[in-house]
Amino acid sequence: MITIKKARKIYPSKKGEVKAVDDVNLEVKEGEIFGVIGYSGAGKSTLIRMLNGLEIPTSGSVIVAGREVSKIKGAELRKARQEISMIFQHFNLLWSRTVADNIAFPLEIAGVPKAERDKRVKELISLVGLDGRGDAYPSQLSGGQKQRVGIARALANNPKVLLGDEATSALDPQTTDQILDLLVDINKRLGLTIVLITHEMHVIRKICHRVAVMEGGRIVETGHVLDVFKNPQQPITKRFVQQVTEPEETKETVDHLLDRYPHGRVIQLTFVGEGVEQPLITNLIRKFEITVTIVQGKISQTQNGSYGILFIHLDGEEEELDNAITFIGQHEVGVEVISNG
Amino acid sequence: MAETLFPNVNWDRMWGATVDTLYMSAISVVATFLIGAILGLLLFLTATDNIWGNKLIHVVLSAVVNIFRSIPFIILIVLLIPFTKIIVGSMIGKNAALPALIIGSAPFYARMVEIGLREIDKGVIEAARSMGAKTTTIIWKVLLPESMPALVSGITVTAIALVSYTAMAGVIGAGGLGNLAYLEGFQRGRSDVTLMATIIILIIVFLIQIIGDSITRKLDKR
Repeated sequence: MITIKKARKIYPSKKGEVKAVDDVNLEVKEGEIFGVIGYSGAGKSTLIRMLNGLEIPTSGSVIVAGREVSKIKGAELRKARQEISMIFQHFNLLWSRTVADNIAFPLEIAGVPKAERDKRVKELISLVGLDGRGDAYPSQLSGGQKQRVGIARALANNPKVLLGDEATSALDPQTTDQILDLLVDINKRLGLTIVLITHEMHVIRKICHRVAVMEGGRIVETGHVLDVFKNPQQPITKRFVQQVTEPEETKETVDHLLDRYPHGRVIQLTFVGEGVEQPLITNLIRKFEITVTIVQGKISQTQNGSYGILFIHLDGEEEELDNAITFIGQHEVGVEVISNG
Repeated sequence: MAETLFPNVNWDRMWGATVDTLYMSAISVVATFLIGAILGLLLFLTATDNIWGNKLIHVVLSAVVNIFRSIPFIILIVLLIPFTKIIVGSMIGKNAALPALIIGSAPFYARMVEIGLREIDKGVIEAARSMGAKTTTIIWKVLLPESMPALVSGITVTAIALVSYTAMAGVIGAGGLGNLAYLEGFQRGRSDVTLMATIIILIIVFLIQIIGDSITRKLDKR
């Protein structure tokens, strides 16, 4: 559905050239939810704007839904844009129009007749769960409702691709989850390809099938979300994965524990897919002469399966501990000894 | 009562002068709104990194606007006498004031339009572009509606300035309340005529302000 080949975007600036996007290659399949994660300034905004021709790459090619967006201009580009719609961090609704008129706007642009427009707007309003709010103005809506209008507006012309530019970054966690659920629902119901950029790993974890990690204008890592969670390669990816797998206080708790129990070992276990459901701890206690203390744990759901992380403290004879760790390693579980205490 | 307070006022002529003032103000407000909006849009759209980004046109336009905005109105009328004679055929009467009124206030209003347009969220324009909107669609369906409260409050201020400009134009022969106050009030030493003319101008100004404010409030859904 989307192919980016050797895309570069270079801006001239007073201090020399700025490489916003540097030699990016990317392939997004039809019906996929693809996430691009990176800190601000990583070039992800520029990258996503290349997909609908709001930014033209300095070199390289961008093909979306069979059209070379990086080449076409004028009427052809405008036509293409009706099939590649976008939702925004700050919603970008017209305050002077009601909810219904905002949703009708892209239909007006596409030249859809009034009667058909009204019918379509009605469908869209109920698709995004805003029944009865059609006559409200954006200023009367909450952030989550505004983004629902943004989504309805983006879907108006039955696009093939939906681009999300930090679409949930201005929302609170609960509203974020509702909007993400809506996006998954739309992806499943309409088979729509969705590309999202974000700086929140939570968004990637919750709805994306595949993810690309961006740093300094380059894509440093790509893969299925679960694989990336299980086995992050780059330091930046590890930091992003930690955003969701480790609550902030984990490190403190572990430090505290290491102080309190100078003996034994603190171990981080990583469970993926099937591994999550094994009675591992029970087996450990039954088979070995050791004590097990659970320090911290979390299970996260991704679109490809679940992913869990557990910190435990083991204490006992050195030999027994080594045997126990070897035993854990024999299962489908990742083991990492944090410290020998 | 009116006879004792304003013994020298000829009410027919006062009414005629009021109509002239209203006529000059109304025509020049409409023309200023149209010309100023177009100039303001051009100023906005030709700014660097905007849709029609063009440094040359922007700089030239900006210079013209600044020059006409800076010339004191009373001097502008005098400077424009040859131009007015060509267009209107005379420099006496209510129509003779129109070119100067419009040329004097349209650049002023154009700046207000430009400021109003610049206050529109860039993201909204980007959203319209991402939907495949043409520039004309963006102008009619995004830029103008989204800046309408600013455009209306701007034209309110400009209209009030125009009423006082008509009075100035009256002094050099354009008719209206300013002309009446100057010729019959000041030059003949009848201060009650000047006072009455002032009162009527104040009423006109207040009405413009009230109407302008209420339209702005109605339009603004932010």
